[in-house]
Amino acid sequence: MSEKRFIDAIRDGLREEMAADAAVFLIGQDIGVNGGVFRVTDGLLEKFEAGRIIDSPLAESGMVGVAIGAAMNGMRPVVEIQFADFIFPAFNQVVSEAARMYYRTNGDFTVPMVIRAPYGGGARGGLYHSQSVEAYFAHVPGLKVVVPSNPHDAKGLLKSAIRDDNPVLFFEHKLAYNTVRGEISDGDYTVPIGEAVVSREGQHISLISYGLSVHHCLEAAETLSAEGISCEVVDLRTVRPLDTVTILESVKKTGRVCIVHEDNLTGGVGAEVAAIIAKDGFEFLDAPVQRVAAPDVPSFPYNPGLEDVLLPGPTDIVRAAKELAAY
Amino acid sequence: MPINSRLNESGLDQKDAQSIYRYMLLARSISEKSWLLTRQGRVLFSMPCDGQEAADVASAYALDTVTDFIVPYARSLGAMLVKGMTTQEVMLNMFGKAADPNSGGRQMPMHWGHKQLGIISMGSSVGTTIPRASGVALASKLRGQNAVTMVYFGEGSASEGDFHEGLGFAGVHRLPVVFFCNNNGWATSVPVSLQNAEPQVAKRAQGYGFPGVTVDGSDPLAIYQAVKAAVHRARSGGGPTLVEANTIRMMPHSSSDDHLRYRTQEDLENERKLDPIPLFRDFLITTGILDETSDQELQEFVDLEVEEAIELADAAPSAAAETAFNGVYAP
Repeated sequence: MSEKRFIDAIRDGLREEMAADAAVFLIGQDIGVNGGVFRVTDGLLEKFEAGRIIDSPLAESGMVGVAIGAAMNGMRPVVEIQFADFIFPAFNQVVSEAARMYYRTNGDFTVPMVIRAPYGGGARGGLYHSQSVEAYFAHVPGLKVVVPSNPHDAKGLLKSAIRDDNPVLFFEHKLAYNTVRGEISDGDYTVPIGEAVVSREGQHISLISYGLSVHHCLEAAETLSAEGISCEVVDLRTVRPLDTVTILESVKKTGRVCIVHEDNLTGGVGAEVAAIIAKDGFEFLDAPVQRVAAPDVPSFPYNPGLEDVLLPGPTDIVRAAKELAAY
Repeated sequence: MPINSRLNESGLDQKDAQSIYRYMLLARSISEKSWLLTRQGRVLFSMPCDGQEAADVASAYALDTVTDFIVPYARSLGAMLVKGMTTQEVMLNMFGKAADPNSGGRQMPMHWGHKQLGIISMGSSVGTTIPRASGVALASKLRGQNAVTMVYFGEGSASEGDFHEGLGFAGVHRLPVVFFCNNNGWATSVPVSLQNAEPQVAKRAQGYGFPGVTVDGSDPLAIYQAVKAAVHRARSGGGPTLVEANTIRMMPHSSSDDHLRYRTQEDLENERKLDPIPLFRDFLITTGILDETSDQELQEFVDLEVEEAIELADAAPSAAAETAFNGVYAP
């Protein structure tokens, strides 16, 4: 075991998979000499032969289209979209092409492609460097969508994503890169896609979340425990497919649920989780399901005061949990 | 130029010319009979290729049909046949039956894709195929495959952003890819004059740093020559070429379209003079490569092959309804 930053875990995962499999290559904007705008790929260019790390033209649809074609001819591309906000030009390639290739060819072609993208607010990036986009893709059959919260999971899930024969979207919170640290297993290991984990055991309330928001939940759980409210934190890790078993086990145990994400409320992953609980966990519930999410405004404004008032954080979770406890 | 030396100059021999002609007849026969099947309600959709058989067949004939890749579009029937798809497989596709190798009845007819034959699957969102072709070619380069990828599309698709992005990438990396544009002048009902103020798509190649050539889409020898040069250039590391064939569209966009809403009978009659099949037949007969009798026999043989394929495909089983749930994710 060793302690790593989130960004190092992802870089290690990329480097190890590239070294282990010649079919793995990286494509994205500024990922070569510059090492990516967040420096995730820093230092990789010197370690691999020409062609393994490709600085793409400024063309997201083309980049993903190229990756799909390469994947259909034996490669395992890992695309970096510079900010999740800029993935939309490639939406058609991801949703209409990659996601349904296996289905539409009746199992003839696979698209083993990973698309990595930094997401999330709090970095004063304004409306176009702050968005959470996982819900758009979590809606789509044929895609897998992963949002890790810590270095260990990030590396293990990235390895699983690269080895997966389906297209996987892999979202990394940009604040996590340098601020989230954690113990990481030595050597080669994977974390399975589609499995949630209980990050903190608790009795009274289930806080169900993913990505950076998991840390907000853990912080809130600590605050609440001082007041005698015991929270269980479920880290979904994968938002498609959802781990319904782990979700329902926790609901059965606590009977009270708060779902937390930084993405805005309406049509978010929380809505799907709530629907699963409403259908299969109804008998376990002692209170209405709560959701803590960004309000329905178009992403986060640049001005710190305007952004902070919208960003969901530990205080919002504490408030919601107290309401649940008092119900 | 004397017509005998035209054949010599193209690099094709008499057998090749006969083979190209046969594929053209077969594509026309399938296209015509598929149209009739839609009128009878036996097949629900078709996209006729009538008028562009020379372009599709002669271009694909310039590929190594075993090792090279084709990224098709819906009118690429002639190229599919050259690449090895059988008439029976095409008809299973038209009827959407379980044994259709393209998609087992999941996609609409003429949405080609056949991994074993090196035909990269297409959907209905045109132009997405163009960067995909660059990606297939990139993989060939990275893997050391000695393969060329040819992607087919219409001039309408060339208005999509993916055209620009796909050609740009291929140019930068000098990828072994041939971009083949069938410019038939119509994107469903919209004429090329409303796609772009410059109607010749090939001119855009200059902006991507590689050659663009325009050829007569009704002349299989000219098409073969142009594509052969482009394929050679691609295979020898010279990078991409944009080949544009000026073709005709003798039929409506699809079986769901009525082209008389936007084209005149006179326009269609005039265009019919460029029908590549009688033009090539005349050439073959004049040069003694074909005679009237063998032409008649060939036509009958081709029609019979298609009729038999129709009957077998019609009788073939559909996939069981419950299989519609299967295959969303690869294991």
